[in-house]
Amino acid sequence: MPIELKMPALSPTMEEGTLAKWLVKEGDTVKSGDLLAEIETDKATMEFEAIDEGIVSQILVPEGTDNVKVGTVIAVIAGEGEDAGSAKAAPAPAPAPAATPAAEPKAEAPVAAPAPTPAAAPAAAPAASGDRIKASPLAKRLAAEQGIDLKSLTGTGPGGRIVKADLEGAPAGTTASAATAAPAPAAAAPAATPAPGTAGSIPDFGIPHEDEKLSGMRKTIARRLTESMQQSPHIYLTVDIRLDALLKLRGELNASLESRGVKLSVNDMLIKALAVALERVPACNVSFGGDVMRQYKRADISVAVSIPGGLITPIIVDAGGKSMSKISTEMSELAAKAKEGKLQPNEYQGGTASISNMGMMGIKQFTAVINPPQGMIMAIGAGEKRPYIVDDALAIATVMSATGSFDHRAIDGADGALLMKTFKELVESPLGLVA
Amino acid sequence: MADINYDLIVLGSGPGGYVAAIRAAQLGQKTAIVERENLGGICLNWGCIPTKALLRSAEIYHYMQHAGDYGLVAAQISADIDAVVKRSRGVAKQLSQGVAFLMKKHKITVHMGEGKLTAPGKLEVKGEKGTETLTAKNIIVATGARARDLPFAPADGKRIWTYRHALVPPEMPKKLLVIGSGAIGIEFASFYSDMGVDVTVVEMLDRLVPVEDADVSAFLEKALKKQGMTIFTGAGVEELKATATGVTAKIKTKEGKTESAEFSHAIVAIGIVPNTENIGLEALGVKTTKGHIDTDAMCRTNVPGIWAIGDVTAPPWLAHKAMHESVISVEAIAGNHPHAMDPRNIPGCTYCRPQIASVGLTEAKAKELGYEVKAGTFPFIGNGKAIALGESEGFTKTVFDAKTGELLGAHMIGAEVTELIQGYTIGKTAELVEDDFIGTVFPHPTLSETMHEGVLAAFGRPLHI
Repeated sequence: MPIELKMPALSPTMEEGTLAKWLVKEGDTVKSGDLLAEIETDKATMEFEAIDEGIVSQILVPEGTDNVKVGTVIAVIAGEGEDAGSAKAAPAPAPAPAATPAAEPKAEAPVAAPAPTPAAAPAAAPAASGDRIKASPLAKRLAAEQGIDLKSLTGTGPGGRIVKADLEGAPAGTTASAATAAPAPAAAAPAATPAPGTAGSIPDFGIPHEDEKLSGMRKTIARRLTESMQQSPHIYLTVDIRLDALLKLRGELNASLESRGVKLSVNDMLIKALAVALERVPACNVSFGGDVMRQYKRADISVAVSIPGGLITPIIVDAGGKSMSKISTEMSELAAKAKEGKLQPNEYQGGTASISNMGMMGIKQFTAVINPPQGMIMAIGAGEKRPYIVDDALAIATVMSATGSFDHRAIDGADGALLMKTFKELVESPLGLVA
Repeated sequence: MADINYDLIVLGSGPGGYVAAIRAAQLGQKTAIVERENLGGICLNWGCIPTKALLRSAEIYHYMQHAGDYGLVAAQISADIDAVVKRSRGVAKQLSQGVAFLMKKHKITVHMGEGKLTAPGKLEVKGEKGTETLTAKNIIVATGARARDLPFAPADGKRIWTYRHALVPPEMPKKLLVIGSGAIGIEFASFYSDMGVDVTVVEMLDRLVPVEDADVSAFLEKALKKQGMTIFTGAGVEELKATATGVTAKIKTKEGKTESAEFSHAIVAIGIVPNTENIGLEALGVKTTKGHIDTDAMCRTNVPGIWAIGDVTAPPWLAHKAMHESVISVEAIAGNHPHAMDPRNIPGCTYCRPQIASVGLTEAKAKELGYEVKAGTFPFIGNGKAIALGESEGFTKTVFDAKTGELLGAHMIGAEVTELIQGYTIGKTAELVEDDFIGTVFPHPTLSETMHEGVLAAFGRPLHI
C-alpha cells in the first residue's frame, strides 16, 4: 500500500506553506526520522521528517511551490516490498495547491480519482463553520491567485462579505505560481481595474527595477502590521530614562557572571524591567478581544530580532519570573535560532507584550507598531550622554528615550502612563530587577 | 395645521422618493414626502407602468393577429385605442392609490405642493392650502426628470408628442415618426407598430438602442425592419414642423442626403432634463454636472443634510436605480453602513418586441477597458421552449473576463428576456465566476436555459448548437 505524504501542519494555525526544498528525490529509500523536505511557513523554515519507511516513488509538489494547503499530498512512498512503479500509479489527487481556489471546498479534484482510502482526499481545509469567511467566488479566486489571505481583509459587501473591490490594496502575495492555470494578473491587467496588490499596482515609471517575489514572512509582516494599524488605535507615551545606575549594575553583575560565561546586555535587563513593570501594572498586560478583554497572569515578552529578509519575535516566557542571567542565556539561543530560520512556532507565537530596541543603531527615539493581539510594545532608543538636570544643576547623564505604543481600545492613557513610570523607576533604580 | 418638524423630508414621490420614505419610516425616522402632482411620480403615472399596460395590449393584439400560427382562429380582430388607453390609465391609477396606501400604512405625512429648499434643513411647500415651512435634519431630493424637447420644435401635444402625450393619444396616428431610439423611443415605436401604425425611427447614433451591445442593436434593427418599420441610423431630424394635418420632417441621412417626409404625428424621445429648477438648489450651492446633481456613493450632495437620488442625479436614469439609491441614502442617514451600488450591476430592460435586457459591460466596452474577453452567443432557435412558444427569435450573449472568470456583461434579446436578466444580475452582484454559472442546474424546458448555454458558448462548449 503506497503511503501518501501530506503537507504537514507545523503549527496549530498553519493553513498553508511553501515547499521550500526537497531533501530526497524519487527513488530514494527513506526510513523513519530521515529529513524529507524543508517547509517554509509564514514565520520559519522547518524540516519535515519521515515517519514511514519505503521508497520515494513520486514527488507531486515540486520544490519552490507556494501556498501548499495543509493536507495536500506532496509525495508518495512505496511501502516495503512494493514496486515503486506501481505505487507511482496510485491515484494522486491533483497537486493543485495554488490552482484550486483557496478555501473552496469544491469536490472536483479529489472526486476525479476513485480514492483508495477516504483519507486520500486532500483535505481542502475548509475553515470550520465557526470562522467562516464570507467572500464572493470572484474574491476567493483572485485572492488565491494573488496569494492574499482573505482573513486579513475586511468585507464591505452585503453583510460584511469580501468582494472584489476589497482586494484592492490588500497586501500582495506572490503572483500566480507555475501551477496556476490563470495567467499572472500583473502587467496586462485592464487599465481601468489594475489587478490589486500585484506588481501591476505599482505604477511603472520606466525606472530600472526588479520585482522580487515576497517571502511568506514578508507577506505576514505586511498583513499583520497593516491589520494592527488599521484596527488598533495606537497611543504613544514617551519617557526619558537615566541609565547610569543600570549600566553600573550591569558592569558589576557581568564581572561576577563572567565565570559562568554569561554576559548581560542592556536589552536583557530591559526585557526583565518591562516584564516586572507589566506585572505591577496588569492593566497593560492585556489583549483586546472585541467582546472580551484578556488579562494575562504572566508577562511573556516578545523580543524583536532582525533577521535576513525580515523580523521575528522570539519569546522570553515568564520574563518577570526569570533571573536576568537566565533571560540572557535564552535570548542568545533564540536569537541564534532566529537568524538560522530554525525557530519552532512555540518559540515565536504568543507573547503578551513586545520590546523593540534600535538603540544600537543610534536611533534616539521611535514609535513601534503593536504586534496583535498584544496590547503594547516598548520602543527603546539609544542610551546617550545628554545634558541633564540633577538637583537643579546641569549635569551629564546617560539617558535613553523609551516610547510605549498602547492599544487604546484596551488600555487607558493613565494606565499606559503608569506603566511607563514604573518601567522608568525600575530602570533608574535597577536593584528591584535583581531581587 | 400639520406638524412641520421631521427627521427626514423626501422631495418627490417617484419610485426613488416613496421607497426612501418607506425605508426611513421602517428605520424609525419621522418622515414626510412632498409631491406636486401624482404620488408615484413618472414611473407609476406616466412611465414604466402605463407603457407596460399599453405594450401588453399590443402584444395580445399581435398574438391574435397571428392566432393561425398556433392553430387557432380569431376573426374580426380590431383595436380600440381608447379602451387600450383607458386600461393603461386604470393600471396607473391603481398603483398611485397603492402608493397613497403605503404612505398611510407607514405613517408618512404627504404634503401636496411645490417644494423648495430655503435653507439646509428647511423646505417650503406651496400647496393649495397655502405655504408651509417644513424642517428636517435631512432632506432627500428626488425630483426626477422630464423629456427633453427638440430645441427647434417643442412638443405641442397635438402633432409633436413626448412620452406623456404618446401615453394618452388624442387619436391613433396614421404614420408616426419616432425621434430617438433609446428605451422610451423604441418602446413607443414597437407599441404603435404592433397596433398597426406605419412607424419610422430616426436615431442620431450609428445604431438603434445605442447603450446596448452592438449585436443586440443589429438584431433589433433586422427584427423591426421585418415587422415593417423604417429605420434611419446615423441620421438627424433637421427640421420638424407641425401642420394642420400632420408634421413635416427633414431627415438628414447617414449618406448626407436630406429627405423630406410627411407624418401624422412625431414622438420626441431624445433624452431627459433633470428637474433641478426652482427647488432652491442654486441658492444653497448644491453642485450639479450638466444639470444633474452630483452625489457620492451614499447619495450625499456637497451640502450637508441634502441628499439626492434617481433621475435628478447621474445616469443610468432607471426607476430601479432610484429605488436602490433611496435605500442606500436612507440607511446612511440612519447611521448604517450600506454597500454602495456598482453601476455595472444595474440591469436595463426595454419592452419592445422582441424584448431587450442587459447588465454590465458590452463586449466592445469591455475590450476598450482593456479586458481580455471571452464572449459567446446562444440563439433562441436552439432552445426547445422558445420553439414551443413560437418565439425562436433572439439570443443570449455573455461577456467574461478571460483572466478572472468574472461575468462582465450579459445581453439578451427575445421573448421574456426582461424577466430573465435578473438571474445574471444576481450572479454578477454576488461576483459568481464562470464555474458557478456552468455548475448551476437550469430547469428544462425554459427560456432560462439559453442563459446557461450563453455562458457555455463563451467558453466554447455550448450543447445545443
